Amino acid sequence: MIDTLRLTAEEAKRLLEAREISGAELFAAYAERDDDLNAYLHRCDDPGGDGIPLAVKDVIGTKGIPTTAGSRILENYVPVYDATVIANAKQHGLRILGKTNTDEFAMGSSTENSAYGPTHNPWDLSRVPGGSGGGSAAAVSGGLAPWALGSDTGGSIKQPAALCGHVGLRPTYGTVSRFGVVAFASSLDQVGPVAKNVRDCAYLYSIISGRDANDSTTVEVPKVELPNADSLAGLRIGVPKEMNGAEGIEIGVTDAVNRAISLAESLGASVEECSLPRSVDYGVACYYLVAPAEASSNLARYDGVRYGLRVDGDDFREMVMRTRDAGFGDEPKRRIMIGTYALSSGYYDAYYATAQKVRTVIKREHDALFERFDVLVSPTSPTVAFPIGAKVHDPLAMYLNDLLTIPSCMAGLPGLSIPCGLSEGLPVGLQLIGPQFGENTLFRAAHALEQAIDFDPVPERLR
Amino acid sequence: MTRITRDEVLHVARLARLELTDDEVAKFQEQLSDILEAVSKVSELDLADVPPTAHPLEIANAWAEDEPRPCLQLDDVFANAPDRDDDHFRTPPA
Repeated sequence: MIDTLRLTAEEAKRLLEAREISGAELFAAYAERDDDLNAYLHRCDDPGGDGIPLAVKDVIGTKGIPTTAGSRILENYVPVYDATVIANAKQHGLRILGKTNTDEFAMGSSTENSAYGPTHNPWDLSRVPGGSGGGSAAAVSGGLAPWALGSDTGGSIKQPAALCGHVGLRPTYGTVSRFGVVAFASSLDQVGPVAKNVRDCAYLYSIISGRDANDSTTVEVPKVELPNADSLAGLRIGVPKEMNGAEGIEIGVTDAVNRAISLAESLGASVEECSLPRSVDYGVACYYLVAPAEASSNLARYDGVRYGLRVDGDDFREMVMRTRDAGFGDEPKRRIMIGTYALSSGYYDAYYATAQKVRTVIKREHDALFERFDVLVSPTSPTVAFPIGAKVHDPLAMYLNDLLTIPSCMAGLPGLSIPCGLSEGLPVGLQLIGPQFGENTLFRAAHALEQAIDFDPVPERLR
Repeated sequence: MTRITRDEVLHVARLARLELTDDEVAKFQEQLSDILEAVSKVSELDLADVPPTAHPLEIANAWAEDEPRPCLQLDDVFANAPDRDDDHFRTPPA
């Protein structure tokens, strides 16, 4: 009997290589499990072979498998080529279990903005799994996949990992190809791994990362080292006071994070308070100008001409406007309009150009801290998973959920979330931020902490 | 206070090629005003000597060899097209 709730990808690989289980048995163990979480938008048949199964966020293009980005406008879209990350995964024998639910075009923090209904948190079905990658997160924590691919623009891998109690990495900007991935905000979008533990996370990152001639923003990536050590001796941890003392952080979240920081000290790390004053104060405002501006440009391609939905009209312009009105949900419309406004004549300097300068300020603040520290830590999310429906009518309240994940994304830095305890019976995520290309440092630190924290990643209701 | 008017919502929607219903216009006028008010915070900082960042990596140009490579076949290119006319995408008249 394969325990899909606990089996790691590494252990699955070992069982497959030792022929203790067959590839077909392993795939079936996930594929036959009932999806009462609405984690998947589409489930796939076993393509055969004996690779590790993989769930894939539905913003990542998969040849011959519908790819909707959680939107009606791509309801019938079937890519004719694989994204580079999918090609890399297939080269390693990985088999796609299905496409996972996401906020429409990855715009959201709860997966409630999906046109195909919300995903449920495996710890409490009445709560959100986070977003935008709530489907991949719920699949991994709910025993529907050993691991998954997500995408992260302002926290869409890290925040769901925190709310569902597993490990998620947003890699350094430029380390993972976006070729074939539905674009949201191109100066921020990164594909990354979602996994049950840090070693699996590092392993999946090693499979998908690397320079790709089809994505001119990718660079050569340092060799990925799977972490082994239990010690944190010599590691310099910075604790930005604005991120750990921000208004709105729940007391149970602070407690769990503080316990993890104490554990880090007992494992040999040095811990010192530090400051990111303007990154936290201005990060969300900066993000919600830059990302919508880029989104308004990227989403201009949905015009009913080459692919996707078309709603007919008497002339070309009417067809385009009707198509976009019918095809986009409220959140993409809001962001397209904010972005269009911020880029429009008369407002460009006050909004978009100013936000780009604030981005420089944020980047410089982070760069300065990494001269003194190896890793920065904070809560990943100010709260545990919130009830479905709680914030859906207040876009601004939803945006503030990204307060702690956004600043390092603006700076292009890698961030990893690991579970560090429970608050009110729900998982709390610890965010570790590293310097550019500092993934190996993050894996080492997070792995040692993970061993010491010894969090049980299986939702209590499923044990 | 950065409240935007109904006409501004309609203007932006036109620029973005979104045909909005009257209800949507009213809802978005309220929500977009709140969001713009919040993001206007970026103007509080003194940014006189700060250059803009468009992109977190310092890559100038990424060149590729100018060599022909295989590309998609026409049937693949049109596989998702709402309306095809031989090797053209067909649309209503402009």
